[in-house]
Amino acid sequence: MTPPSPVDEQVVDPHVSPSSRERSRFPRGLHSVVARLRLGMNRRSSLVVPPLALLSALIVGAVIVMLAGVGLGETLSAYRAMLDGSVGSVRAISETLTAATPLILAGLSVALAFRAGLFNIGGEGQMLIGGMFGVLIGFSLTGLPIFIHLPLAILAGCIGGALWGLIPGLLKARTGAHEVIVTIMLNFIALRLVDYGLKTSLFQREGRSDPISKNIEATAELPQLLGWLDSSLRVHLGLVVGLVAAGLIHWLLFRSTMGFEFRAVGANSTAARYAGMSISRAYILVMMLSGALAGLAGTGQVLGVLDRASPGFSAGIGFDGIAVALLGKSNPWGVVAAALLFGGLRAGGQEMQVSTGVGIDLIAVIQALIIIFVAAPAVIRALYRLKTTAEATRISRGWNS
Amino acid sequence: MSEESASIRKKRPANRERHSPVMKKSQIRQARISGSIIFGLMAVTLLFFIPAVADTGKATFRLSTPDDRVQLDPLRIPVTGSLWLLAAVLAFLGSLQLFRKSQSRRTVILGLSFSIFVLVIMLWATADREFSLVSMLDATVTNTTPIALGALSGILCERAGIVNIGIEGMLLSSAFSGVVLGSLYGGWIGLLGAVATGGLVALLLAVLAVHFHVDQIIIGVVINILALGLTSFLTAQVLVQRPQLNDAPIFRSQKIPLLGDIPILGPMFFDQTVIVYGTFVLVAVVTFFLFRTRWGLRTRAVGENPAVADTLGVSVVKVRYLAVLYGGMVGGFGGAWFTIGTVGRFDEGMTGGRGFIGLAAMIFGAWNPVGAFLAALVFGFFDSLRQKFGLLDTPIPTEFLAMAPYLVTIIVVAGLIGRVRPPAADGQPYQKEQ
Repeated sequence: MTPPSPVDEQVVDPHVSPSSRERSRFPRGLHSVVARLRLGMNRRSSLVVPPLALLSALIVGAVIVMLAGVGLGETLSAYRAMLDGSVGSVRAISETLTAATPLILAGLSVALAFRAGLFNIGGEGQMLIGGMFGVLIGFSLTGLPIFIHLPLAILAGCIGGALWGLIPGLLKARTGAHEVIVTIMLNFIALRLVDYGLKTSLFQREGRSDPISKNIEATAELPQLLGWLDSSLRVHLGLVVGLVAAGLIHWLLFRSTMGFEFRAVGANSTAARYAGMSISRAYILVMMLSGALAGLAGTGQVLGVLDRASPGFSAGIGFDGIAVALLGKSNPWGVVAAALLFGGLRAGGQEMQVSTGVGIDLIAVIQALIIIFVAAPAVIRALYRLKTTAEATRISRGWNS
Repeated sequence: MSEESASIRKKRPANRERHSPVMKKSQIRQARISGSIIFGLMAVTLLFFIPAVADTGKATFRLSTPDDRVQLDPLRIPVTGSLWLLAAVLAFLGSLQLFRKSQSRRTVILGLSFSIFVLVIMLWATADREFSLVSMLDATVTNTTPIALGALSGILCERAGIVNIGIEGMLLSSAFSGVVLGSLYGGWIGLLGAVATGGLVALLLAVLAVHFHVDQIIIGVVINILALGLTSFLTAQVLVQRPQLNDAPIFRSQKIPLLGDIPILGPMFFDQTVIVYGTFVLVAVVTFFLFRTRWGLRTRAVGENPAVADTLGVSVVKVRYLAVLYGGMVGGFGGAWFTIGTVGRFDEGMTGGRGFIGLAAMIFGAWNPVGAFLAALVFGFFDSLRQKFGLLDTPIPTEFLAMAPYLVTIIVVAGLIGRVRPPAADGQPYQKEQ
């Protein structure tokens, strides 16, 4: 793991010019002392805030549960069940990793767009379209060996997601249409398209009247990682795909020219334009890549967990990706850590609902609270009387940007 | 300043013609694109819809319901002939764009062409059948209500410079509290509770945006997630066990004497529920306050340039708090429509994206209450078209009709940029210089 660079921990701040950001990343001479001091402080604050945010969110969540008429003892046992369900056993850990896999990819998708100053709320739609592409290749090709069929299906998923991400990218670059509105609308359109597609003879399983797709071939399935231990452990190769993607995105953002351009456009698009970078090209490329990552998340779900597509199979993971990216401060490895946490919450939430009857929707509440506390570190600072210099997260500049 | 935004929009096309006698390349391209779209619509009419209605007779549109006082004869329209006529009109409008490259009324012509195309679809679907036009128009106004209120909520916030994409969450949470309080204490208390809940959610937005300078789009997303999670959790945890809490009395339509008897318009506008009437009133009130009062001038000044407003002694913080609070309360009123305004019970995620459509209506209407209301009418029309077409059992899958408002939104947002301008300081936190 590469150590996270100092200022990059903050989500791009439009007020910091790219040059000063770069300078503090590569300290020289006297400047380095100052930079190192800032590094220490920034690192401490960015490391302290997320755990405190989690703690605060859990406390507020418990209050909500008790307000809904559940006693203190039961609430504590619900949280106990959540802990057991997330890390309490090999099966629980496998469930956590399974839930974390799509969250890593969806989180990377949002994080990459954040870095270029774009807010991709379209993860849901891109997951759905990508997953449909993946499932189509997964069941329609037969007789191929796994090392050809599986990569083909994954690639198809990437392409589907990239196409769905291309639309807001193109519209943003060409007409200035705000990507937030366009991606929200595309989510709804994708949802209806899937509903419709699953009822056509192309996708619908033979002899079924409800919208459900054919099962994918065994050669398109993402193999289980711990299948040799127990065949019911669901964690699959998608996890490795997610980790590799995190490494690639980290390289792209911080070690490549293209990534530098993306970040420059995100930090200050006017300055980037005067430096000769093409803003439109960056927008289009970023949205395509971001869509491809989300498409990969959807494909991972259909090829690794579900084996088929059903209406709304993205199950809100695309939205959770926003939370993951914010919590991970748009840093690829931070995203992985955040995805593991949210995966744990999801897996634990299942266990909590089954064994104590406290509804799994509580997880969404806790996640929303975590984002509030992470996005507004000043709240955490005020609550816990910390003396750190955490800045509020800012990624967009309204409709005018 | 009051007429400024309105006059800018009116004058602009004229200005453009006067200042640029020679058209720019991009304008020619835009005219070509819209011309091709219109010819595309004509081609679909000629190649698909006209052959499809070849052997049919007339389409019957009912203009009054049996219990109306004034009975109008249903309209019987010969389908094939009308379709040919409409196709000819489309061809005319398309060639206007392609050959004269008329710039001045491009949006109007495009809008007209889309309306004609909707008419083509309606004629085709009703061929040899009966379709109650009056009940569809009635439903249009009903469906417009939550969208218009959502848009109004957004306008109030954004005119003061706070981006509000949490409208959906405001609608959902107040729909919930409306039904619970309505079941316990009756409809009016439910309505009051819904308004208060909207204000409460708005307070969260205001505190985080104004006080903590958090990115406003993030807050909006969080509000939506929080509202969905919280209402779903409480529904599963509380309402399922105690169904008596999810059974509120609903507001019935109240006919306004005389006006309610006007054919077609009567049932549309004067035979509705309190919440629908309230929407009409709110559109007028918000317009008046934004453009005719000192408070409105200050709000708009803060939305355009908070630093200058501050220098002139306007409290940016206070103005923004109030605007967001009012916006939330209007959103809460809209949330009440979903439960105590129509069905009387709450279902998980029942707002179904209406808040986002409201957001689109706000942009469509150029951040102007009346414009947003008209835009909401268009979306409401599509909503009711989908509902009524489901009954006609046409070969168009309802999924595609359900997609229409979202597609229209994208086309509008992509096509209107440069024409409509959001408040200049929209989304920007304001920090007083020390």
